[in-house]
Amino acid sequence: MMNRKKKIIVIGGGLAGLALAMKFCERKGEVTIVSYQSLKRSHSVCAQGGINAAIDAKNEGDTPEKHFYDTIKGGDFLAHQPLVRDMCYQAPVIIHLMDRMGVAFNRTGEGHLDFRRFGGTLYNRTAFAGATTGQQLVYALDEQVRRHEHDGSAKTLEWHEYLGAVLDSEGICRGAVIHDLRTDEIYTLEADAVVLATGGPGQVYARSTNSVVNTGAAATTAYLQGAKYANGEFIQIHPTAIPGQDKLRLMSESARGEGGRIWVPRDANDSRDPKKIPESERYYFLEEKYPLFKNLVPRDVASREIYDIVYNKNLGVSGDPMVYLDLTHKSKKFLDNRLGGIMDIYTKFTGVDPRETPMKIFPAVHYSMGGLWTDYGPDNNGLIDHGSPRNQMTSIQGLFAAGEADYQYHGANRLGANSLLSCIYTGLMMARGIMNYTDSLEKSVEDISSTIFDDTRSHWQNKFKEIKRMNGSENPHKLHHELGDIMLANVLIVRDNKSLENAFHKINDIETRFKDIQCLDTNDWANPSPSFINQLYCMIHLSKIITKGALMRDEFRGSHYKPDFDMNQPKDFDPHEYIEYLEQKQYGEVDIAKFPTGHLDYMKQFEANNEKWLKTTVAQYKDNQPDITYEEVNTSLVTPRPRKYD
Amino acid sequence: MNNLTLKIKRQDKPGFSSYWQTFKVPHKPFANIISCLMEIQKSPKTLSGETVSPVTWDSNCLEEVCGSCTMLINGRVQQACTTLVDNLESPITLEPMSKFPVIRDLQVSRERMFKNLKKVKAWIDIDGSHDIGEGPIMRDQDRAKRYVMSECMTCGCCLEACPQFTIDNSFLGASTFNQVRLFNLHPTGEMKKEDRLNAVMGEGGITDCGNAQVCIEVCPKNIPLTESIADISRQTTWQALKNLFTK
Repeated sequence: MMNRKKKIIVIGGGLAGLALAMKFCERKGEVTIVSYQSLKRSHSVCAQGGINAAIDAKNEGDTPEKHFYDTIKGGDFLAHQPLVRDMCYQAPVIIHLMDRMGVAFNRTGEGHLDFRRFGGTLYNRTAFAGATTGQQLVYALDEQVRRHEHDGSAKTLEWHEYLGAVLDSEGICRGAVIHDLRTDEIYTLEADAVVLATGGPGQVYARSTNSVVNTGAAATTAYLQGAKYANGEFIQIHPTAIPGQDKLRLMSESARGEGGRIWVPRDANDSRDPKKIPESERYYFLEEKYPLFKNLVPRDVASREIYDIVYNKNLGVSGDPMVYLDLTHKSKKFLDNRLGGIMDIYTKFTGVDPRETPMKIFPAVHYSMGGLWTDYGPDNNGLIDHGSPRNQMTSIQGLFAAGEADYQYHGANRLGANSLLSCIYTGLMMARGIMNYTDSLEKSVEDISSTIFDDTRSHWQNKFKEIKRMNGSENPHKLHHELGDIMLANVLIVRDNKSLENAFHKINDIETRFKDIQCLDTNDWANPSPSFINQLYCMIHLSKIITKGALMRDEFRGSHYKPDFDMNQPKDFDPHEYIEYLEQKQYGEVDIAKFPTGHLDYMKQFEANNEKWLKTTVAQYKDNQPDITYEEVNTSLVTPRPRKYD
Repeated sequence: MNNLTLKIKRQDKPGFSSYWQTFKVPHKPFANIISCLMEIQKSPKTLSGETVSPVTWDSNCLEEVCGSCTMLINGRVQQACTTLVDNLESPITLEPMSKFPVIRDLQVSRERMFKNLKKVKAWIDIDGSHDIGEGPIMRDQDRAKRYVMSECMTCGCCLEACPQFTIDNSFLGASTFNQVRLFNLHPTGEMKKEDRLNAVMGEGGITDCGNAQVCIEVCPKNIPLTESIADISRQTTWQALKNLFTK
């Protein structure tokens, strides 16, 4: 037992990192938060619409168990069920905690928390602070961490970059390599554990709804150091974003949660002002095809439908790849109060006021369901043992991951307003387990030879010296955009093996050209060029994980859509038939006559497909390529079945 | 395609003298300042054909919620991400903010703003993050009032524009006063309001505000900063009186 405070390094100052830092400080630990920039500016601020918790404020009969089911179904049954269930049961506590911290959540007439609709559920389950919920949550946690910083238990290293883990001779993580982005100094920090709360990898696609820092470099570095990376091919494409040069800006799902309607003119050549087009000549394609969930089908479904309208039916607005997202039937006061933030963003970037004119939107890369493989410790009640040191630990002992950087909570497709929840949940939940992990260590970090730290530091110092010496002909930023273009063209909403193979070859070409990069700037002060080149190297490897995972997974699940493997669910199919079929199978003979024509064949096909593909994809770095294997998914609580939203 | 001319004020390190460089970038539809700077990264050549190190700047979210990319654009302090070039006169001049120490080129250190948040204890003193029930009941109108104030993204526009705020004085400035009001308005935050009010009295405090009212004009989030200043002014007056009688 060590007689000093337990100390951890948290990489990343978004919701997951801040939540963990706060909790760890409360438990009398010491935290160093490493952030690429000032803490309040992390990508979590971009989350708009809200955070889910089944509080049932509107007396609809909502429960955490229903939240759990919706999340599992939304993720096409690929998520480990005890974790998701635990998260959903913790959600109400998390919302009340954030409320106590002063988050300006919208409220009801009686002064309680107000809730709105979001995709993939029929309940009003989403708490929100206008349309800048992520920003408000980050600020509240940042304030608590600042309070701990004021009291001396938290330390922040802003403008510092994580380069890699320090691994001892047994492969246990004992600290982190840190790069001071101002002085250019590279050094190591010792710790009992290191946590990567570094967010998603949207920059692999160059243009996405993600922020500039979301390169996925930290998680990829862990993969290059031997950690498993899971479900990389599951990339969420958000149905509604504003097309742009530098970024595709998100238009929150809450726009539809508050009544926004998606449509296109029925006639492709209709060039009238949208407000002049009468109802009967508008095609509300989501409402027609999904009468139950309407505009609030999950994101994978909505993005596919928009893609189909634009590219297969050629019904994009004015022939462009865009559809209308219409809120003009709502009052200005209502929109300002509940969606003000996104109304302003749309106006500022397009010069058009969405309160007056329907918005033009198109899907964009938004979120990675995949991430670093992490472990968990289940209890005996279908929930999680919060004290388990296994919680959130990567396959490298002592290295943990949380938030979007991990893979466990959203399966093959994330439901809207569940990301803020999973980030805060993981951060809070894992604190006790890390404490216990520290207790269980036979050797403390002080017992580790200093040469381990010296060698790791020199390795990275040399690597950066080499990067600075790169004097070829390729511009790293151009190469990044080429990589992004390959990914956008081939690894997006609709996937086929020929394009994926092609993309994989092209990525290998990019990797070859990477060696001929020119480091544009060799200064030793506040120089972002070498860092970016290192990040680009990571993005190339991450794009291989995503592409190879997609290539190998020959099925259609959630966000991973391969039309060649679509089992074409019969239109009149009812998912309960499948449960009945399984029961009949278990208790004897299947009664063929009981099922409508074609249904039994479909169900058998579905069952066989799950047998083969209801698995977690695990990528490991081998011979410079991702080596892919598959692991069982924990489906101990709800029987996987076909999804249906109409 | 037309080209755009950008005149950019550069500085290699803190304490070094600054210099200007001019760049040409292609004018694309709906381009903003950030996308122009990204073009320079792809081909860092000045107008005279000299290859230089790419311009450095701060940015992250690119949709005006993170507060990173504040700079002076044609002399006006604003967010580079929401500044569309179509609305600007050419040549476009870019300069770092002048009230904060320059790190490099368009990057400045706004550490002072974050330190001030600590000074005024801009947080709610919760008992702990364990499960101790619901937050306080609140009228939605009060919530809405707080929400507007809590959208402050520490971008620094209000301080750059403020004649009272200089690079080397101790004035706290509009954004900090706004935070005091934000937390004093919360039922739990209110319990520690004396601490916050005492922190904004004295040198650099609320009484140093010269009432120039430019802060509110440049705030990208339309936060009612002058209202916040007036309110904190009233609150500190009462607090000063109270201090007089309780000391």
